[in-house]
Amino acid sequence: MFKQIYSIATYTLLEALRNRLSWLILIVVFLGIGLSGFLNALALTESQATQLALLAAFLRFSAAFLLATFVVTSMVREFNDKGLELLLSLALPRAAYLLGKLAGFAALAIVPAFLFGALSLFFSSLTQGLLWTISLIFELWIVAAFAMLCVLSFNQIMAALSATLGFYLLARSITALQLIAKEGQLETSSSQQFMSMVMNGVAAVIPHLDNFTKTEWLVYQTGQWADLKLIVLQSTICLALLVSAGLFDLYRKNI
Amino acid sequence: MRERSISSVPKPALVLLALAFLAQLLWHFMQPTPVAKAENLMAPPSLASMRLASFGEPIALSKVAMLYVQAFDNQAGLHLSFQQLDYAQVEAWLDRSIALDPRSQYPLFAASQLYGEINNEAKQRRMLDFIYRQFLLDPNHRWKALAHAATLARHRLNDLALAQKYAQAIRLYATAPEVPSWAKQMEIFLLEDMNELERAKILLGGLLQSGQISDPHEFKFLEQRLAELETSLANKVKKP
Repeated sequence: MFKQIYSIATYTLLEALRNRLSWLILIVVFLGIGLSGFLNALALTESQATQLALLAAFLRFSAAFLLATFVVTSMVREFNDKGLELLLSLALPRAAYLLGKLAGFAALAIVPAFLFGALSLFFSSLTQGLLWTISLIFELWIVAAFAMLCVLSFNQIMAALSATLGFYLLARSITALQLIAKEGQLETSSSQQFMSMVMNGVAAVIPHLDNFTKTEWLVYQTGQWADLKLIVLQSTICLALLVSAGLFDLYRKNI
Repeated sequence: MRERSISSVPKPALVLLALAFLAQLLWHFMQPTPVAKAENLMAPPSLASMRLASFGEPIALSKVAMLYVQAFDNQAGLHLSFQQLDYAQVEAWLDRSIALDPRSQYPLFAASQLYGEINNEAKQRRMLDFIYRQFLLDPNHRWKALAHAATLARHRLNDLALAQKYAQAIRLYATAPEVPSWAKQMEIFLLEDMNELERAKILLGGLLQSGQISDPHEFKFLEQRLAELETSLANKVKKP
């Protein structure tokens, strides 16, 4: 089964690299440098911190957006071309297909993460840049796994991409939402208590991506290796949950 | 996929494309150039809303907020537009920016070196008070702005009591070893009979020597400020 997973992962990665995705990543790099450089010139003080903060935020979001778009469009195209049916007609377990695809997307995620991380090294220390890069890789793996789950559930580009971006933005804002809900709870109306309960429920099942890939690590050099331990642990749990949900969905599909 | 030649596109489609492009350009040049007017500076959203809107990037949003507020004054007729600015809104924006990124010095720098330099006592006092309140939250990292606020209070407002209060606060609360001794001893030189230029030189010289100013934009800005001060004081001497 490992050989089958490896083959699928290799071809998924090859497809991505031949799909002009690397050009898009390079365009993002140049756009980021240009935009943040322009804002650097406007800042009266902390110009480098301003440039770095905006560049890091832009690169982080772009990496997630590009990867999610690629995962969704590539898998939907495969469904439409009946590629999945063809693969599953061979002696290939469904789990091998799913894990192979995920491994390919995970390998692909390393490309923008390393490139963007290398760019951050021009403005920050090696340790902080490494922490930021590794954290970005885990963040992108979660995004890729969620995008795969959405494709398996919705089978449509629009729905899957919207759900993935919604999940990503929610996961990055969940702490702020919880704080707002907690503030509202001071007024003890039942609707506010209900909303707070809903928010805590949502927070319990999604990863808190606002704790990942923090810009402050690069700007203020505050990252610690201990932060990474928590990120690895959270990512492992989250990926296990997403993969098992994906397997559940794929095995139930009547193909 | 190889594309067919341009000649295979129907002429009406090409004409429509060219006309639509020209119309867009014409439309653009007919519109007035966007100018940020002082009266258009609205109150910032609540801190909770801004945290939510930052999508987990509060530092980036804090910097964007500072650049946004700056757009309302960074124009020709600088001092005139400062007079028109609603300082309650400016203070609210600075407050949001520093709450989003508490380690940043930018909002305090802007309050002391930009908005605090206005020739309007009420507005100046508002900025100085903002700096003082923010200083008390983190004295060891925010003393630089208060040191400048003390000089402004002494020379622009001629309020020695206020200047002493600020200098004393630096001595009492900014106790970290990285705070230079001249800043801790500011209270003494405020009492000495020096003119504003001499004191500004000491302040700027002290900052430069202690390596506190590493940003080239800030360095250039302060240098320019000192030059302006020298010119204005020289003019005052010529016209007694």
